[in-house]
Amino acid sequence: MNDMTPTQAERTGKLEGLGCRRKRTEDIRFTQGRGNYVDDLKLPGMLFGDFVRSSHPHARIKSIDTSKALALPGVKAVLTAADLKPLKLHYMPTLAGDVAAVLADDKVLFQNQEIAFVVAEDRYIAADATELVEVEYEALPVVVDPFQAMAPDAPVLREDIKDKMDGAHGPRKHPNHIFNWQVGDKQGTDAVFDTAEVTTKDLFVYHRTHPSPLETCQCVASMDKIKGELTVWGTFQAPHVIRTVVSILSGIAEHKVHVIAPDIGGGFGNKVGVYPGYVCAIVASIVLGVPVKWVEDRMENLSTTSFARDYHMTTELAATKDGKILAMRIHVLADHGAFDACADPSRWPAGFMNICTGSYDIPVAHLEVDGVYTNKASGGVAYRCSFRVTEAVYSIERAIEVLAHKLGMDSVDLRMKNFIKAEQFPYHSALGWEYDSGNYHVAMQKAMDAVGYPALRAEQKTRQEAFRRGETRQLLGIGVSFFTEIVGAGPSRNCDILGVGMFDSAEIRIHPTGSIVARMGTKSQGQGHETTYAQIIATELGIPADDITVEEGNTDTAPYGLGTYGSRSTPVAGAATAMAARKIRAKAQMIAAHLLEVSEYDVEWDIDRFKVKGLPEKFKTMKEIAWAAYNNLPPGMEPGLEAVNYYDPPNMTYPFGAYFCVMDIDVDTGVAKTRRFYALDDCGTRINPMIIEGQVHGGLTEAFAVAMGQEITYDAQGNVMGASFMDFFLPTAVETPKWETDFTVTPSPHHPIGAKGVGESPHVGGVPCFSNAVNDAFAFLEAGHIPMPHHAWRLWKVADGLGLHA
Amino acid sequence: MSRVPVKMTINGRAVEALIEPRTLLIHFLREQAGLTGAHIGCDTSHCGACTVDLNAMSVKSCTVFAIQANGAEIVTIEGMAAADGTLHALQDGFRQMHGLQCGYCTPGMIMRAHSLLKENPNPSEDEIRIGISGNLCRCTGYQNIVKSIQYAAAKINGVPYQEAAE
Ligand code: FES
Ligand code: FES
Repeated sequence: MNDMTPTQAERTGKLEGLGCRRKRTEDIRFTQGRGNYVDDLKLPGMLFGDFVRSSHPHARIKSIDTSKALALPGVKAVLTAADLKPLKLHYMPTLAGDVAAVLADDKVLFQNQEIAFVVAEDRYIAADATELVEVEYEALPVVVDPFQAMAPDAPVLREDIKDKMDGAHGPRKHPNHIFNWQVGDKQGTDAVFDTAEVTTKDLFVYHRTHPSPLETCQCVASMDKIKGELTVWGTFQAPHVIRTVVSILSGIAEHKVHVIAPDIGGGFGNKVGVYPGYVCAIVASIVLGVPVKWVEDRMENLSTTSFARDYHMTTELAATKDGKILAMRIHVLADHGAFDACADPSRWPAGFMNICTGSYDIPVAHLEVDGVYTNKASGGVAYRCSFRVTEAVYSIERAIEVLAHKLGMDSVDLRMKNFIKAEQFPYHSALGWEYDSGNYHVAMQKAMDAVGYPALRAEQKTRQEAFRRGETRQLLGIGVSFFTEIVGAGPSRNCDILGVGMFDSAEIRIHPTGSIVARMGTKSQGQGHETTYAQIIATELGIPADDITVEEGNTDTAPYGLGTYGSRSTPVAGAATAMAARKIRAKAQMIAAHLLEVSEYDVEWDIDRFKVKGLPEKFKTMKEIAWAAYNNLPPGMEPGLEAVNYYDPPNMTYPFGAYFCVMDIDVDTGVAKTRRFYALDDCGTRINPMIIEGQVHGGLTEAFAVAMGQEITYDAQGNVMGASFMDFFLPTAVETPKWETDFTVTPSPHHPIGAKGVGESPHVGGVPCFSNAVNDAFAFLEAGHIPMPHHAWRLWKVADGLGLHA
Repeated sequence: MSRVPVKMTINGRAVEALIEPRTLLIHFLREQAGLTGAHIGCDTSHCGACTVDLNAMSVKSCTVFAIQANGAEIVTIEGMAAADGTLHALQDGFRQMHGLQCGYCTPGMIMRAHSLLKENPNPSEDEIRIGISGNLCRCTGYQNIVKSIQYAAAKINGVPYQEAAE
C-alpha cells in the first residue's frame, strides 16, 4: 500500500454515515427561501376556500342563508351540510372509530365549528364572503367541565349517536360517554392498596394545549375531470393513509388519487388527522373542476384542529414505609371534546397510557380511562409524544415526587430504589408492555453527577432556611424526572390505523454510476429525514451520504408507509432502510464475487467495498459493483441494484432519559426563572448527534411552554380562550432557557441498527421536570400538588394561598 | 375593488403592479411577486415568519400594506445570496450551526438577524435573544439560532468563530 491509499478512518469519514454530525441536506433550500410548502403552490385558475364558523359552543342551527355571500362578485360557491349530505360527506369517520362533522348539520357542538365553506377567487374575497353568510342559532346549554359530562341531567351533546350505546370500544354508560378502557389486575391492585403501609392519591390535571406548528394546516385539491384523477397537496404527516382515506371517502380509485405532502413547517401531531378543510377543498374541486386551496389561519388552527392532552388523572401509589412501590392505580377522565378524533392506533382508545408504570418495577397495577364528550374542539393528538405517553409520564413522575415527600425520602433515592434493573430487560410491565432495553441506574447516576445533585440539595436547604428567616423572597426548586418512552408504533399484531398495519417502508435504488435515490413511507416535518436516512444507507452500502437523495411525501413514488408521528420514523422506517440496504448488499456481494472471480463466501464487506478475505488489495467498491449491476452480472442474475422493504417491527422501542431542572421562583411576582436544565437522553444508537441535540432543544422548549404557560381554556359559557398568539404562550428566545444535553447509549436489541427514536423524549421528560421543579420549590411549605401551567400569575396565587404575602 | 399602482424595488429588481389597496405586503410578495420565501405563521403580528427588510429596517410584512411600501427598497430571503450563488454568512451560519429544522421560520429569522447585525455588528448572546424576540420558532429552541447568528457575525467581522461553552 502506498501513502495515497486512504485509511479505513478516512474512508469511513467520507461516507458521513452513522454517528456523523452531518450538516443537513434540506438546509440548502430552506436557508434560501426555496422550501416548497403547501401555501407556496399556485395553480392556474385556483380558487380559495374559507370557513364560516360557529359563534356558539352548543346550539341548534335554525337556518343558514348563503344568498348574500353568493351574490358577492368573485364568490364561486358556498357549501353547507345540505350539499354534503347527498354525498354522505357531512360526517367523516375518525381514526378513533367515531364520526366527526365536516360541516355542522343541525347543530354545532363547539365554538368555531365549521358551518359553511365559501369558495372564491382569492382569499380576501373568501374572507369577506364568510361574513355575509347568515346563520340563525338557538343556543343550548353547554357542557365544558368533563366531570359534569356524565351527570344524569347533563344535556345530550351527540344527538347523532344518542341511541348507539355500543361504541367503537365497547358499551357507553351515558349519551356523553365515549368509552371505558381498563388494563391490568383490578382485584390484585385493590388488595395491595387495602393493606399498604403508605398510599398517595392525587388528581393530576394535564391541561388542554395545542401542538401549534408555525405553519398551520393547509391543502390544495385539484380534480382533473378529464382524467378522473384527484391530486391533493397537503400538510400531511401520514400522506399514504390520507390517500387511502380520500379514496374511500370520495369513491375515486386509489390509483387515481395522488397525495403529495411537500415540505411541512412543523407538525408535532397537528398534521396527522383529516380535517373538514381537506374534505371541503376536495369536494369543492370535484364540483367546480378547478383547484381549490384551503389555508387555516392561526385562530382556526388553535381552536379547531386537534388539541392535545385534557387528561384528568387520579393517580394512586401504594408503597412500604421504606419506599418500595407495591402497586399503582389510575383513573383517567379524558375530555375528547365534541367528537372522538384521537389519532391513536385503532385498538388503543387511550393510546399507550398503560406505559404509566414508568421506569419502575411495579408488581401490580390497574388503569381505567373514561372518555367523555364536551362542547370543545375534538382532537386528543399526540403533541410531540407517542400516544398519551406524555400524560402517562407526567402522572407517574408527579406521583413519585408526592410519595417521596410523604415518606420524607429524597425523590432520586426513591427512583433508584424502584427502577427496573438492567438485568431485568427485556422487562414485562404489569400493564402489558415488554421494555426492550434500559440501563436506568447508570443514566440517573451520570445525570446526578453532571448537575452536582447533593450540592444542589444543600443549597436548597440553606435557601429554605434563609427564606424562613425572611432573608430572601426566592425559592429554589430542583426538578427531577426520569422517563421511559414507548415509540415506534408498531407491531401490526396490535397496532393499526383504519385496519392498515403500522409497518413502514423504504425503497432504495442504486444508479449505474453509484449514486442512490431512496424513498420512504414516512414524512419529515423538520426532523431532517433527508439527511439521516442517507446516513443509514451510507453506512450500510458504503456510498457517501452526499450521493444519496432521500424523497418522501409523494404517494405515487414512495412505498406505502404509515407516516411520521410518535417518534416512529427511525424505529420503523429507519429499520426498513437498513433492511432494504442489506438486501442490496447481499446481491452486491454476489456481483463482487463474480467480478473478483472468487466464491461469494470468499469476499467480505469492508466499509465501502467487498474485498477478498485475506487479500485486502483485491476488492471491488460499491461504485464499481453498481456499474456492474447494469452490465456484468453473474450468469442468470436479474440486472439492476435496488430493493424495497416493508418493516413490521417485532416490538416498540423504549428510549429513556434523566432530566434535571434548577429553578428560582420569586414569591412576590410569581416569576420562575430556570437557572439550569440538563437533559440526558438514551435513544440507543445515535445516527446524527447534531440533529439529536437539535431535537432535544426543540422538545425541551415545547415542554417548557406547556409546563409554564401554554394552554387552551374555555370559559363557563364555552368560549374558547387562548386561540391566538396573544394568549397562547409560545416562548421567544428571551424566555427560553438554555439547554445542556448529554447521553448514554443502550441500543435496542431488536432494531437492525439499535436506534430507538428521540424527537419526542424531551417533551415527555421535560414537562414533568419543569412541573416537579415548581412543586419542589413549594414542597417544604406543604403546598400540595400545584397544577400546570405554572405561569407567574398562578404561582403568585399559590404563594398568596400559602400566606406568603401577608 | 378598485386597484392602485405600486412600485418598489425588490431584491434590486424594479417591480410595478396594480393592487387592491388592502393587499398586505406579505401577500403581495408571495402571490404577486412570486417570492414565497417569507411565510405566514399567525394573524396577530407575533411570529415574524413574514419578516423582510423594508428600507433597511426589519418589518413584519403581514402588518404592512403593500401600498405603504410604495417606492421602498425591499430585501427578502431570496435576495440574500450573492449573484454568483454564494450564500450569505447568515445562510451559511444557520446551516453550520443547525439553526433550523422545519425551515418555516428561517427566512424571517435570517432577515431579522440581517438587520440586527447591521444595527449591532457584534451582539452578545442576550442582545441576540432580545433582537430576535419578535420571531418565533417552534422547532429549534433558539439555542442553535443564537449560535448561527454568532457564527455569521464572526464571519462578517472576519474573526474566527468561537463557540461559547454550554
Ligand atoms: S405572519 Fe406572523 S408576524 Fe407576520
Ligand atoms: S425551524 Fe421550524 S419553526 Fe423554526
